[in-house]
Amino acid sequence: MNVQSPPEKLTARDYATDQEVRWCPGCGDYAILKAVQNTLAELQADPKNTVFVSGIGCAARFPYYMETYGFHTIHGRSPAVATGVKLSNPDLDVWVVGGDGDMLSIGGNHTMHAIRRNVDVQLLLFNNQIYGLTKGQYSPTSKIGTKSPSTPLGSIDNPVSAAQFALGVGGTFIARSTDIMQKHLSGVLKRAHGHRGTSFVEIFQNCIVYNDGVFKRFTEKSVQAEMQIHVEHGQPLLFGKDKDKGLILNKDEMRLEAVTLGENGITEADIAVHDETNRSLATMLAQMDPPTMPVALGVLYCEAAPTYEASVHAQIDHARKDGEGDLAKLLHRGQTWTVE
Amino acid sequence: MSEVAAIDRPDENRQEIESAVVRFAGDSGDGMQLTGSQFTMTAAISGNDLATFPDFPAEIRAPAGTTFGVSAFQINFGARKIMTSGDQLDVLVVMNPAALITNLEDVKPGGIVIADSGAFTDRNLAKAGYEENPLDNDSLEGYRLVKIDMSRLTVEAVKEFGLSNKEALRSKNMWALGLIYWMYGRKREASVDWLKSKFAKNPEIADANIAALNAGHAFGETAEMPAELGTFEVETADISPGVYRTITGAESVSLGLLAGSQLAGLNISFCSYPITPASALLHHLARMKDFGVITFQAEDEIAAAAAALGASYAGSLGITSSSGPGIALKMEAIGLAIGTELPMVIVNSQRAGPSTGLPTKTEQSDLYQAVFGRNADAPMPVISVSTPSDGYDVAIEAIRIATKYMTPVMVLTDGYITNASEPWLIPDPSTYDRFDVTFRTDPENFQPFMRDDTTLARPWVKPGTPEMMHRIGGIERSYDTGHISYDPANHQKMTDVRAAKVNGIANDIPEQEVAVGAAGGKLAVVGWGSTYGPINRAVANLRDEGLDVSQIHLRYIWPLPRNLGELLHSYDQVLVAEMNTGQLRTLLRSEYLVPAEGLNKVNGKPFLIAELEDAIRARLEN
Repeated sequence: MNVQSPPEKLTARDYATDQEVRWCPGCGDYAILKAVQNTLAELQADPKNTVFVSGIGCAARFPYYMETYGFHTIHGRSPAVATGVKLSNPDLDVWVVGGDGDMLSIGGNHTMHAIRRNVDVQLLLFNNQIYGLTKGQYSPTSKIGTKSPSTPLGSIDNPVSAAQFALGVGGTFIARSTDIMQKHLSGVLKRAHGHRGTSFVEIFQNCIVYNDGVFKRFTEKSVQAEMQIHVEHGQPLLFGKDKDKGLILNKDEMRLEAVTLGENGITEADIAVHDETNRSLATMLAQMDPPTMPVALGVLYCEAAPTYEASVHAQIDHARKDGEGDLAKLLHRGQTWTVE
Repeated sequence: MSEVAAIDRPDENRQEIESAVVRFAGDSGDGMQLTGSQFTMTAAISGNDLATFPDFPAEIRAPAGTTFGVSAFQINFGARKIMTSGDQLDVLVVMNPAALITNLEDVKPGGIVIADSGAFTDRNLAKAGYEENPLDNDSLEGYRLVKIDMSRLTVEAVKEFGLSNKEALRSKNMWALGLIYWMYGRKREASVDWLKSKFAKNPEIADANIAALNAGHAFGETAEMPAELGTFEVETADISPGVYRTITGAESVSLGLLAGSQLAGLNISFCSYPITPASALLHHLARMKDFGVITFQAEDEIAAAAAALGASYAGSLGITSSSGPGIALKMEAIGLAIGTELPMVIVNSQRAGPSTGLPTKTEQSDLYQAVFGRNADAPMPVISVSTPSDGYDVAIEAIRIATKYMTPVMVLTDGYITNASEPWLIPDPSTYDRFDVTFRTDPENFQPFMRDDTTLARPWVKPGTPEMMHRIGGIERSYDTGHISYDPANHQKMTDVRAAKVNGIANDIPEQEVAVGAAGGKLAVVGWGSTYGPINRAVANLRDEGLDVSQIHLRYIWPLPRNLGELLHSYDQVLVAEMNTGQLRTLLRSEYLVPAEGLNKVNGKPFLIAELEDAIRARLEN
């Protein structure tokens, strides 16, 4: 009798290629790469069924570093390429990786349509609020006033909020994390992986060269506890070092308000409870920005919905329920005549 | 068919003619396309060869009675091989003044113009821009004008069915069809059957239309018919035996893509974005779900090309389709397909441009775009469709080349071919040679960019294959491994091998043949695409007159057939006739240093046989 040796357990290292990683020393992308490799190891994801698709930009080099299948495509179009991959083979586990320029500027259209169609991919947006690969121009997520080679007097156009955008176009899974929070990020990635449909994950990522510290108002150790709220479905929206702060819903003004327990008679019973199936609540959470409010991290929104490729294939299966088409018959369909 | 039997009787005095060109023209709401397609079917069943061309307005619902709302359908049918939808009209049927003013110039001198005088009201005349009624003055003196109040006669004919006046008038196209059937001695059975099945749920509408059809026919039959109209007989043509159907270029390309995918053993992922005149392909393929065909209406042209490429990457056949402006948007993705060496088919239904140009008019002006229109050195095979039915074999060939050589292939068709139709001897799919794709599954010594010695194609690996995980991308790839390489020598080597791979396809396609005439001689008329029909007829006509002229018609635009240079040099003169300002001519001159001259036009209409004959004569008489 053959004794099957137990399948070898894959480690994070098994998901790394032999290619030299070429991001700048200290780039947040290293930490995200590590978190993704750790997550795949935790999930024991099958490398042969895993595909990383990317567009152009620093983040888009990601597939070269993953020992899976990978396709580094063209600027902004990775969600469209990934849609084709999933339509063609729905069994593949597809991750799409890109930056804020790639996915929200040149590729904003494709990001929108992949999300609204609910194509079953994990869409990881590395948001560093700057163009890195092209050397430091402002991006569609840069704050007004961002000084860059193309905006020496400061940028003047309104930035887009990635999470609000994804919610607005009907996303079924919207989450946030940061590059330096390995455990939190890995937890979010696992949720994203488990969700059927487009899992949109905005990862705040530090560009050490062109935009260093742009998120320090909520990522720096000294302010983390007060300026971040980690949302969890069914749990009260509490934050602060001693979990003494929270969010209440001001129903008169239809907005969230940050409050301190014990002040003005506020008790934990007054604190809003996170419901990740509530799109309005998710939108209000996505709008919060330090210093007046903490930034919301974790799964802001998640709902079950049919995936695009499953619906496409369901139509095809239905059309074939009485058997496969016959080409010779199709050629003869309609009016024909015989010449003797 | 008791409805029609009583009045179908032989006419001894019919004038025998070899062929005739008839155009039905009216308002968009007058049902001219239906009328034309019914006449086409009946001509085909009668054993004529034929070619048709529909001409419908760019506007969806143009205001009634306006010149830009005119819809027309032209058919050329005959007792001989028909190569085009016809230069000039023998008969023009107009249902209103706008149809007359926009179509009259195409009627041959002395041709028949049949007008629904009931529609020549002051209001309709003003909308068409007539200051006085052309039916009542001498402006149509050069034609045989037949004025019939078809509107009134139709209303009377269908009175018994209790329809409103507006509903009754909807049948006047059938009245006109009945009259033309009588003119050419055609049977009405096929149209009666068709009306019954089309309006099976509204039998009173079917009955009204049949009554109108019979009334038009009876009108011709009885003494009411003006004598100047005449009756004609078009004998059956000498046509190969077999089962036929009519087919448009959009249908033939769609069916060919399906057939080609089956021969390759692949599923189709057809990714497209609506655009005139290419959308018909998306519509046809969307109805082929029972064959497993995936169609994806993408958010834009770029996404359509990108998704098609993603589908090919994942192991199915990615196809995208558009017209010139949309193709321009796809080019970066096509460049990625060239760089990553993945198969893909791009169908370009050319239209008149640049930019939006004339979306509903035909042109062949995307040859440069197809062959050269990408950044950097990005060679790609290009093949072209010559007739409405030719798309079937061309699409199959595109898939064969794309999958065998791991390359995108562009198919050039055009607005004329897409919409025009011709009879098609339906092929037996089982007689075609298969070219099944073999995906690489053996990890032993696998490198993503190792090449086949003969084809220089790299292996195609489906994601999901064990132990063969690898990465590909747009950054230049190392010659074997496909890893990112910025090495200058490697880039030279990769550029050279990409070109060599595509050039090598010339050894895998047929040598160029002479379509009409002989290799060598005084003049070769060279064409490609939809100019096949008129060039073929013009060259054949002049050879009958004894002129030394031959026709060379290209299917393969890039790479060109390996014997083409030698063949072209065997003629004293080379005339390249194309519906652009000289794109193939430039290509032939640069490739072969032949002193090719051009015969070019871009007025949105196909070549007339007469203008080709004039141009050929001018060159041979000098």
